[in-house]
Amino acid sequence: MSIFIDGQTKVIVQGITGRMAQFHTKEMIDYGTNVVGGVVPGKGGETVLGVPVFDTVKQAVAATGAEASLVFVPPPFAADSIMEAADGGIRYCVCITDGIPAQDMIQVKRYMMRYPKSRRMVLTGPNCAGTISPGKAMLGIMPGHIYLKGNVGIVGRSGTLGYETAQQLKDLGIGVSTSVGIGGDPINGSSFRDILERFEADPDTHAVCLIGEIGGPQEAEAAAWIQAHMTKPVVAYIAGLTAPKGRTMGHAGAIISAFGESASEKVEILSAAGVTVAENPSVIGSTIKRAMAA
Amino acid sequence: MDIHEYQAKELLRGFGVGVPDGALAYSPEQAAYRARELGGSRWIVKAQVHAGGRGKAGGVKLCGSDHEIADAAAAMFGRRLVTHQTGPEGKGVYRVYVEAAVPFEREIYLGFVLDRTTQRVMIVASSQGGMEIEEISAKSPESIVRSTVEPAVGLREFQAREIAFALGIPPGLTQQMVRTLQGCYRAFRDLDATMVEINPLVITTDNRILALDAKMTFDTNALFRHPQIAELRDKSQEDPRESSAADRGLNYIGLSGNIGCIVNGAGLAMATMDTIKMAGGEPANFLDIGGGATPERVAKAFRLVTSDKNVQAILVNIFAGINRCDWVADGVVQALKAEPLDMPVVVRLAGTNVEEGLKILARSGLPIIRATSLMEAAERAVIAWKNDAAQNTKVRVAG
Repeated sequence: MSIFIDGQTKVIVQGITGRMAQFHTKEMIDYGTNVVGGVVPGKGGETVLGVPVFDTVKQAVAATGAEASLVFVPPPFAADSIMEAADGGIRYCVCITDGIPAQDMIQVKRYMMRYPKSRRMVLTGPNCAGTISPGKAMLGIMPGHIYLKGNVGIVGRSGTLGYETAQQLKDLGIGVSTSVGIGGDPINGSSFRDILERFEADPDTHAVCLIGEIGGPQEAEAAAWIQAHMTKPVVAYIAGLTAPKGRTMGHAGAIISAFGESASEKVEILSAAGVTVAENPSVIGSTIKRAMAA
Repeated sequence: MDIHEYQAKELLRGFGVGVPDGALAYSPEQAAYRARELGGSRWIVKAQVHAGGRGKAGGVKLCGSDHEIADAAAAMFGRRLVTHQTGPEGKGVYRVYVEAAVPFEREIYLGFVLDRTTQRVMIVASSQGGMEIEEISAKSPESIVRSTVEPAVGLREFQAREIAFALGIPPGLTQQMVRTLQGCYRAFRDLDATMVEINPLVITTDNRILALDAKMTFDTNALFRHPQIAELRDKSQEDPRESSAADRGLNYIGLSGNIGCIVNGAGLAMATMDTIKMAGGEPANFLDIGGGATPERVAKAFRLVTSDKNVQAILVNIFAGINRCDWVADGVVQALKAEPLDMPVVVRLAGTNVEEGLKILARSGLPIIRATSLMEAAERAVIAWKNDAAQNTKVRVAG
């Protein structure tokens, strides 16, 4: 098993005709992802990379039975596309787009609440590298070859730090069940805690690596949940020990604006909750190896 | 993106929020003239910089005559105002705002923020205005009122009334307070702000509710739909290197160390800085070159990082997903051939097309120090920097 996606999951790509979207869709198909179509308003009827393009998500779902969607739509239109996916019957959506206005994301979160939990879409991202269940399927922009199939769940804000982790694990012969990017925006679809709950319930995930950074309350929230509910070992790394206060460090959400939002405070909170914290990014892999052996 | 107080007040006035009469000046003479135009007998001269804490730094002055106004303004113009929010370099004063002084009875704190826990807009208010919110939460946390706005319906009147009553606003002024709160919320929502702070909001002796100060910050991701807000950007208040980086699609923040960093991805960039520190060095900057970096963008990144005179070594750390190591390597070689550098350069490449990238570096014949892991890269950069600095020579270790 894995979380969110596997080799059978039927995937559509919203915005599939864009240059970058086509490049990454091809990578996803080559990796073995079951891409069944794309959605671009006004381009319904065309074929891209051998899959049909539809005008609306509803049409794509009706014709293909798609369950998951990758949103590869420019920032001004991305929130609308996520809401269309939520309304169109998509079960799991990954939004890659960086630069969506925060208030658009507030609306997206509010809109998703109109569906009962049983049919409410799960969103991860935006501004993330996506989700990969190694050896099965990839819904995102990551280099698939650096992930070995295995039993460590990865959840992180930063794409490149997620790659760094996967590569270190691979070098140690350790594989990954699923790696989920929750993105660097202040308002995001799923929190660390949401993903930890999934990993805790997934029998193929034996340990979890959480990669956080400065800004926001989600690492602290995850720490409280880990302490109360998590039975599997969790290793964390928090980026930004040298980041100055009050400055946005690349990710819109990476800014220390309140108590508990600096890297050292987060490290303290996670350690107090029983999480093993890797003190520098080069030892994330070896720290996970030790945690799994313990 | 930050704007000036006078701009925030003008925007808020458009949403029905009361503000004192005021006018902008670019010279001491103009400031005195503006005061005469405004009328009255007492005025406040306020330095316009993108930072709070101006009062304590000498950026706000109460004046009673033309002479006092001109003197106060003359003392502010051209000066770099250093407050607890500006850093030691301060921010330059090029505009002052002259306002008619308003006698008031009470000061209230009012803030609208993007609350990341509820993922909604939150109002934070306190009857103890005039102090910074950090000070209020330390000294009288019980005075703080919080209320979250349901995005589907906006700030309801009952919510605004609840806040007014909790702050102890006199009953006759409840409606004015409701209008003020709803006006601020609409400004926040309609203009895609990420923060609106009025401190203090005052009740004047003649029973008006006025914003004596105002601070607004905007979501840069939403500026595409607010060209009128984008125009308010004042580059004189920004670090020139950061502005020019932003204009070139690079995300740069200057720091005080000696090891320049060129990295892809914000998380990896922060992690690289942290690792340099752990290896015994100090990062000179945060720099995310982003995804799909072309050789040209990498070369620009080099020029940007080396424009900081404190930089004595460079660490390039790329984990390519969307990026390509061969393009990055091309960029590094191009930059070093165009402008030979007087300092060690350490390059660590991983991910997409790493073999091709390493070949390009090797073929270039340049004395680039290579590393395979992040820790190794940081250690080599720190050692090379220390050796280089100690010997004060151009000798570099070949990789």
